[in-house]
Amino acid sequence: MAMTLDTTAPDVAETREKPASNRRWQRFARPALGVVLPLTLALAWELAVWSGWSNGRLVPPPSRVFTTIMELARTGELSRHITTTLSRVTAGFGLGVVAGTLLGAISGYWGIARQLLDPTIQALRAIPSIAWVPLFILWLGIFETSKVALIAVGVFFPVYLGVMGAILSVDRKIVEVGRTFRLSGPAMIRRILLPAVLPAYVVALRVGLGLGWMFVVAAEFMGASEGLGYLLIDGQQLGKPAQILAAITIFALLGKTTDWLIELITTPLLRWQDAFRPGGEA
Amino acid sequence: MLALDKVGKTYPNGVHALERFSAAIPQGEIVAIIGGSGCGKSTLLRAVAGLDRASTGSIRIDNIDITAPHEKIGIIFQEPRLLPWLSVADNIGFGLSDLPAATRREKVAQALARVGLSDKAKAWPRELSGGQAQRVAIARALVPQPEVLLLDEPFSALDAFTRRDLQDHLLDLWADTRPTLILVTHDVDEAVVLADRVLVMRPRPGRLFAEIQVNLARPRDRASPLFEAVKRRVLTALDRSLDRNVPDSAPAETVGAWW
Repeated sequence: MAMTLDTTAPDVAETREKPASNRRWQRFARPALGVVLPLTLALAWELAVWSGWSNGRLVPPPSRVFTTIMELARTGELSRHITTTLSRVTAGFGLGVVAGTLLGAISGYWGIARQLLDPTIQALRAIPSIAWVPLFILWLGIFETSKVALIAVGVFFPVYLGVMGAILSVDRKIVEVGRTFRLSGPAMIRRILLPAVLPAYVVALRVGLGLGWMFVVAAEFMGASEGLGYLLIDGQQLGKPAQILAAITIFALLGKTTDWLIELITTPLLRWQDAFRPGGEA
Repeated sequence: MLALDKVGKTYPNGVHALERFSAAIPQGEIVAIIGGSGCGKSTLLRAVAGLDRASTGSIRIDNIDITAPHEKIGIIFQEPRLLPWLSVADNIGFGLSDLPAATRREKVAQALARVGLSDKAKAWPRELSGGQAQRVAIARALVPQPEVLLLDEPFSALDAFTRRDLQDHLLDLWADTRPTLILVTHDVDEAVVLADRVLVMRPRPGRLFAEIQVNLARPRDRASPLFEAVKRRVLTALDRSLDRNVPDSAPAETVGAWW
């Protein structure tokens, strides 16, 4: 008996100590792992141009893209373009989310509204959103309104579909719990349906945001004097690939940051989820 | 007093699930409803809960017609059905939202202590074991102090040991306020351990087949000969309800001081 205790004691101490150091290592290692691939590729390309293996004229090396960004930032142009694009995305995303959430909730909750609304909305969804561009320009003019409208259309559909689908798939058994406690309609929505659809809603928001960033480029292609999309067109017309790559890089950074913001804001609300998390707890 | 008068249910798809079920259940009685599958026992319970409406007949509690969920009636389902986004404490307090926060907290704390889960107040439902989750569900149903508590095979998903534990626990909780318990089960042991009266139903269409009084003192000894005898009575009735051949030597009648 005593012997077994002796042999197991150090083992216990060891296993207890391991997770702490592991966790510290993982906190840095996990995000770092995601950066390995892009950094390696960038570095390889930089070396290829530096060694003269490629002249880097059409595909400028990272250092030249970086210089371009710094140059744009120095003249103040960069912040002007970013502000313009960001405000277009914000306005379009906001409108699309509000409309998509309201109509999605209505279609999900009331069967009659769904039978009335959904076929039309699904038919509209089948139209490639870019096809609206000429009409929006005719109706709303070439300036901000038509651009915001296009982005809002792009954001609307995934949010609408996400909210409606999520409400329709709420577990009947959970709704019955609400019924046995005699919740009124609004209370049922607030205390049962909203929390139940939240995880799916967050996904819908993130998909919508991605489409928002996609459509802002399309919107800025259709005639803009500023914005990151304008930088792309300008770079193409004046043959400045470094400027195009600079704009693309900034799109990537902004897209990732805004997506991360949604994740950051909603994570505390979803802590209750009993979900499959590949690769362990986040 | 809960009065079921010729309650019948035919589903829109034509299934005749329940026919002319009548019973009078005085306040505080524990009734077990047992029967083969498709005998309408869950249909009956859902009608009493007000979740489904009976097609014919009436369900009245203290002379109030039950057609929708009622505050005097609580229900515990086969699954705990806890709301996963609420902590254990908030789940128990779910039906108390009309009360002031302080009263609610106090009642929830009492209920948590009563089911022995005070240390889990802040836990998420996903962190509970099956038995713990069902205890939270019991607390949630009992905390608004219903006059009638319906239980739809509440322990059937649990292992035998946890089930026995929870059966005793349920009786213990029942003794606090003595609500009427109506327990649907397919476990003869459970019916005889808990109930004052066992109603045996027969299927297609579901209807009342036999009624067996269980006049055994509580706490009941699951191994006593009297307990065994009542169990055999219920089993015999069950077999007959399913039109199975019952051996002539069925010893039930000979031990019957409770019939």
